[in-house]
Amino acid sequence: MALLEVKDLSIHFGGVKAVQNVSFSIDAGIVYSVIGPNGAGKTTLFNLITGVYKPTTGEIRLDGEAIHGKSPNELAERGMARTFQNLQICMNMTAVENVMVGAHLRLDRNLFKAAFRLPALRRRDAEVREEAIQLMQFVGLEAYVNERADAMPYGALKRLEIARALAMKPRIIFLDEPAAGLNPKETIEVDHLVRKVADAGITVVLVEHDMKMVMNLSDRILVLDYGKKLAEGTGEEIRNNPDVIAAYLGTHA
Amino acid sequence: MQKKLNIGLLIVIAILLLVPFIAPNSFYLDLAIRMAINAMIVLGLNLLIGFAGQISLGHAGFLGIGAYASAVLPTHFNWHPLLAMGAGALITGLLAALVARPIFKLKGNYLAMATLGLGIIINITLRNEAQWTGGPDGMPVLPMSLFGLEIYGDKQWYWIIAAMLVFAVWASQNLIDSPFGRALRALHGSEVASQVVGVDVVRYKVSIFVLSAVFASIMGSVTAHYIGFVSPNFADFFHSIELVTMVVVGGMASVFGSLVGAVLLTALPQALATFEGWETVVFGAILMGFMIFLPKGIVPTLAAKFGKGE
Amino acid sequence: MLAQFLQFLFSGLTVGATYALAALGFTLIYNASNVINFAQGEFIMLGGMLAVFFTVSGFPLPVALVLAILLPAVVGVLLEKLAIEPVKGAETVTLIIITIGASLVIRGLVQVWLGKSTFALPAFSGEEPIQILGATLMPQSLWVFGVTAVVVAVLWYFFNRTLSGKAMLATSFNRTAAELVGINTSWVLFMSFAMAAALGALGGILIAPITMTSYDVGIMLGLKGFVAAVVGGLGNGLGAVVGGLLVGILEAMGAGYISSAYKDAMPFILIIFILFFMPRGLFGGKSTDRV
Repeated sequence: MALLEVKDLSIHFGGVKAVQNVSFSIDAGIVYSVIGPNGAGKTTLFNLITGVYKPTTGEIRLDGEAIHGKSPNELAERGMARTFQNLQICMNMTAVENVMVGAHLRLDRNLFKAAFRLPALRRRDAEVREEAIQLMQFVGLEAYVNERADAMPYGALKRLEIARALAMKPRIIFLDEPAAGLNPKETIEVDHLVRKVADAGITVVLVEHDMKMVMNLSDRILVLDYGKKLAEGTGEEIRNNPDVIAAYLGTHA
Repeated sequence: MQKKLNIGLLIVIAILLLVPFIAPNSFYLDLAIRMAINAMIVLGLNLLIGFAGQISLGHAGFLGIGAYASAVLPTHFNWHPLLAMGAGALITGLLAALVARPIFKLKGNYLAMATLGLGIIINITLRNEAQWTGGPDGMPVLPMSLFGLEIYGDKQWYWIIAAMLVFAVWASQNLIDSPFGRALRALHGSEVASQVVGVDVVRYKVSIFVLSAVFASIMGSVTAHYIGFVSPNFADFFHSIELVTMVVVGGMASVFGSLVGAVLLTALPQALATFEGWETVVFGAILMGFMIFLPKGIVPTLAAKFGKGE
Repeated sequence: MLAQFLQFLFSGLTVGATYALAALGFTLIYNASNVINFAQGEFIMLGGMLAVFFTVSGFPLPVALVLAILLPAVVGVLLEKLAIEPVKGAETVTLIIITIGASLVIRGLVQVWLGKSTFALPAFSGEEPIQILGATLMPQSLWVFGVTAVVVAVLWYFFNRTLSGKAMLATSFNRTAAELVGINTSWVLFMSFAMAAALGALGGILIAPITMTSYDVGIMLGLKGFVAAVVGGLGNGLGAVVGGLLVGILEAMGAGYISSAYKDAMPFILIIFILFFMPRGLFGGKSTDRV
């Protein structure tokens, strides 16, 4: 059975049909990419699946369980993680604290135990800090551990988001344009990083404009255009699909 | 980082130990006590405003509930002062939770409105229910007693309140540097990011709002017993603004900023006594000036200037 | 019975019209800048106090009234230029605190300048009450209704039929898009504060002969105007007017039939209920945040 199933998913903002009757499924352990021109509804699709938006109609199932309409924090409990196209880093915290927030659900959040500095809670917190530092090494940010987030360069923040998402120990991770705004060298680093994440057994869903990266990484690709599913298949199939070529090069090409 | 925080706490303890010996007379000791009480209220409010990024323009109302619970219940119903204090805290907590739940699903401006409205309703109620509260004139408060012993005199009060302050600073530091505190700061930094990592943001906002309201209520009770008198001015809109000013001046999201803000603005009216009538203008100018020119407040700005210490 | 009801209704509508003008002020500024201007009430106070000051100083009433509207408008513009523009894009909490600071400064300065006494402005056209079905209506109330109606009509025309008005409206919907099509959004901000202050001052002038005025009336009037704006759905002009009248009527009815001691609490009880059950106000739409 597929890990994630999406069936007839739609959302309307007033008269705008941002996503229309989109269906697809993602098997566990693969890298699945969503591509399409700007405004095709890729980020909206991510927002729907991760609970930031509520679908107008349609179904989303994770491991067979219906999850549409659930809030993002409920979905986090089910092992869903994501990053954002427009950075969503907590600039009021240090880099390592940002990553530690990712481990939120695995920690004792009790207010009174925290206020009285109970040793068990402190110990666990120290462990998670170590874990977070390792994750920062994993994404190549070991130089920034105690840096304030607002003092870090853009490229590093993109990877910090990935580290935070990984701190959740997710089963499936949604990466929304992880290479957007990066220089070629950084893009290659992110490419390798995504590969490493997938190799760690996490299902990766990727939105990305860098076609080289998409073709290089993806097991399967979904193409959206004007909120509708245009095509789905392996990289090879997508490359040769006439509809896709038309959408990318213009109808009369 | 851990070490640095403890140095801060040690400095606070040292200052608190010194004050009674260098205070030239009871006027200064009284001032120190009122500073310490305000510091504790501001610590609680800063958790809400500075760390969680939510606002309350009605905190004086919660303070008023605590103060009047301690005034009314022992006087009219013969309750033990500690029990009355607990009852005040409980009422405040329930009220804050009841209001907060729906309100925190909304954003900043509505929250400002709701807390402000709640504060004003509390104030008007205290003014009007004269048969219980003494109306606009206020009422006397019976002395506080602990284990059958009455607390009297500035000296005794000072040591009790100093001990409370040390605990409050320590607990606040612990809270901020914990999973709970990180979740609070994260929802301030990016609400959507904290949601997708699993933070139930409404629950956290409600928790910290209730906590800081209960804190204010308990401090209201303490103030009432210490002064021996309560009046509706405790719950005044202007008092709520004063508390917010202390947070802003000392530094949002700074534990020691809360202390500095409370100390400076408690002393300010004494310093302004010579400028009869200009207090409001000066207060307003301070609020605006800090927000425009020094939005981080005194302590965080200094900390950034002299090394990276938080 | 009917007479009593009418009496409450008249006084509710009269004071409600002032709230409506204040609420329009909140709405204008909110739409232009996303700022809730907690100093709005001080413009109401300034209008009333300045009108008194200029009439007492010997100016003819019409001149005094024009000055009492223009000066607050200048204060509004100063507030925008000196305190709001420098912190563009700041957090809501920061902006709220700045405008609260501004309100304290304005109130404090008036207190120092004109003192703490209560003043009355003479009614514009006599004090002879008009009898309607057993209830009495002061001629000043007619002024309040009339002027408010005219102002609402003019504003409607301005926003729907003039280029400047449409530019302001466009900015409120999407600032970036407005800038891209060449609208000077800085001018829009300027106009919004000037107009909001003038509207507030006008309300303060109209109501001053009925309720009297002093340096500290701004807090309550402003807060109730804010309640009215939220009741009407923050940012909605028509909602602000309806909200203002509703708050005024509710307050008068509450004071008359339930308890006059809790008159000032009524709007705030109303707002808490509205936020509970209709969180975006009576006329507020839905909104979705983009991430």
